[in-house]
Amino acid sequence: MTMAEKTSNKTVLFNPFSKNNPVIVQILGICSELAVTAKLEPAIVMGMSVIAVLAFSNVIISLIRNTIPNSIRIIVQLVVVAGLVIIVSELLKAYAYEVSLQLSVFIGLIITNCILMGRLEAFAMANKPWPSFLDGIGNGIGYTIILVIVAFFRELLGSGTLMGYQVVPQSFYDAGYVNNGLMILPPMALVVVACIIWVHRSINKDLQED
Amino acid sequence: MKALRKLLDRAKPNFRPGGKFSALESVFDGFETFLFTPNTTSARTGAVHIHDSIDSKRTMIIVVLALMPCFLFGIYNTGYQHWLACGEATRPFWPMVLYGLLAILPRVALTYIVGLGIEFIVAQIRREEIQEGFLVTGILIPMICPIETPLWMLCVATAFSVIFVKEVFGGTGYNIFNVALVARAVLFFSYPAQMSGDKAFVATGTALGYGPVAPDGFTCATPLGQIATGDGTQLALTGVDGQALSWWDAFVGLIPGSFGETSVICIIIGAIILIGCGIASWKIILSGVAGGLVMGFIAHACQTPLYPASMLTAFDQLLYGGFAFAIVFMATDPVTAARTETGKWIYGFLVGVIAVLIRTYNNGYPEGAMLAVLLMNAFAPLIDWCVVNANIRRRRARFTAK
Repeated sequence: MTMAEKTSNKTVLFNPFSKNNPVIVQILGICSELAVTAKLEPAIVMGMSVIAVLAFSNVIISLIRNTIPNSIRIIVQLVVVAGLVIIVSELLKAYAYEVSLQLSVFIGLIITNCILMGRLEAFAMANKPWPSFLDGIGNGIGYTIILVIVAFFRELLGSGTLMGYQVVPQSFYDAGYVNNGLMILPPMALVVVACIIWVHRSINKDLQED
Repeated sequence: MKALRKLLDRAKPNFRPGGKFSALESVFDGFETFLFTPNTTSARTGAVHIHDSIDSKRTMIIVVLALMPCFLFGIYNTGYQHWLACGEATRPFWPMVLYGLLAILPRVALTYIVGLGIEFIVAQIRREEIQEGFLVTGILIPMICPIETPLWMLCVATAFSVIFVKEVFGGTGYNIFNVALVARAVLFFSYPAQMSGDKAFVATGTALGYGPVAPDGFTCATPLGQIATGDGTQLALTGVDGQALSWWDAFVGLIPGSFGETSVICIIIGAIILIGCGIASWKIILSGVAGGLVMGFIAHACQTPLYPASMLTAFDQLLYGGFAFAIVFMATDPVTAARTETGKWIYGFLVGVIAVLIRTYNNGYPEGAMLAVLLMNAFAPLIDWCVVNANIRRRRARFTAK
């Protein structure tokens, strides 16, 4: 392996964390950001599921990329993703039943997550399995980072808990503090994502659009 | 006055670029133009032909003036409802007014401090003049909220609304939604238990330590709240003291409700001031009332116990709740309303229709006027676009027909 390939693998893995984040730079996968971030726990499980599905579907598509007829490639990609999503869904039902109930339909809807189709089309169809795997892991983590940040603020301000544990002390409530019910509702997820984008763009001035 | 002018002139160089406090230039400018009319006008040689001293500051002050009858009545009504709630036999005028004043002043002061604070900071960061839009918003927010809204909630909602509805869009005049209404909507959806129901609308404790205290567990809902939670078999609206309420009480305004919205008489006085000074569009107000009447008539014509508010007559729909206030002071906000003349008719009418529609057919939201205005704020640009394009098409047809 040459040096050039090594560095490129590194960028493939780490670039989606911040500079090319799928959520806050490419603005993909917003729908699931709204849906699963009311609490931290389902958000983390959702993030893990997306990392797994994204990494392995990238590898599989990359392995068969030269044999897929171009005209039906989207269908092939969907079949691969759907198969993986079903496996993840069954695993969750078997080992984390409570969380799978909370996530309900959204694990199944990973199939329609724009990040997946985007990475398969843009990366796995044109790259070897190992970089594709790293790309899947990187983008999955980039997605999960935002998911967790949003869920952190929504659960903290909306329910006063984190991972289900009470963090806002009882004395606050006695003094008149009330949980913000709006944080539980999906619109606030958009506002929180917007705030993250705001902060991110202020730090990375090169990403600012005119 | 002269001494003040001198003081300002002496301080001025410090705030000019290069001065000691040049970072605070916009703050100084804000105070100077607030105290004195600017001594500069547009050049006479330019393309400007109309010289008028009307500016957004003057407009805002007139709106605040138009709000004063409602504000003063709100002070009286707060005290009046409180005295009723305490079951006092006598209702002395001045103590009630003093109580209402003490109850509302901290709210007004806090909203102004939070809102203007954010405006000042943003103006410094952007190096712009301070916008005066918050003059009206700051007094509107406490007026459209229940008197028992906790102070910190008012601050949170005001800050959220000013930052996310106004400043991120570019400041005064660029907002899509009415800032004061969004503050109320944020409060309503964030803290529904504190903002609606039967505990929020009548002050029960003392105001800064003044006045009697209502008995423990005292509750009284607004008329619309009573209707929404009623069983729908009959309309029995009662005031704080258990006496039945008539439409006349709602017209005068001696009913429980948000601070400034109860008195239709005062709202009409405000409307006359606004229309007389050419600030608010009479088209929006008229068509809004028409829309409320039409929808109220339809709802009343097919009344059903399932939706108790449909038992109100169309006329009652205009009197109760925040409908009148929203139509006169919220829907007419020139920034967020439709701007084309035909568009104003459509916009106002739809605000009226949707306000009554929501309050009648969604028992969870007894106050539909707020949501109706916000919804139509979102559609105002579309209405304008349609009106402008229809006009272009009509003129093009006339042109090609020749």
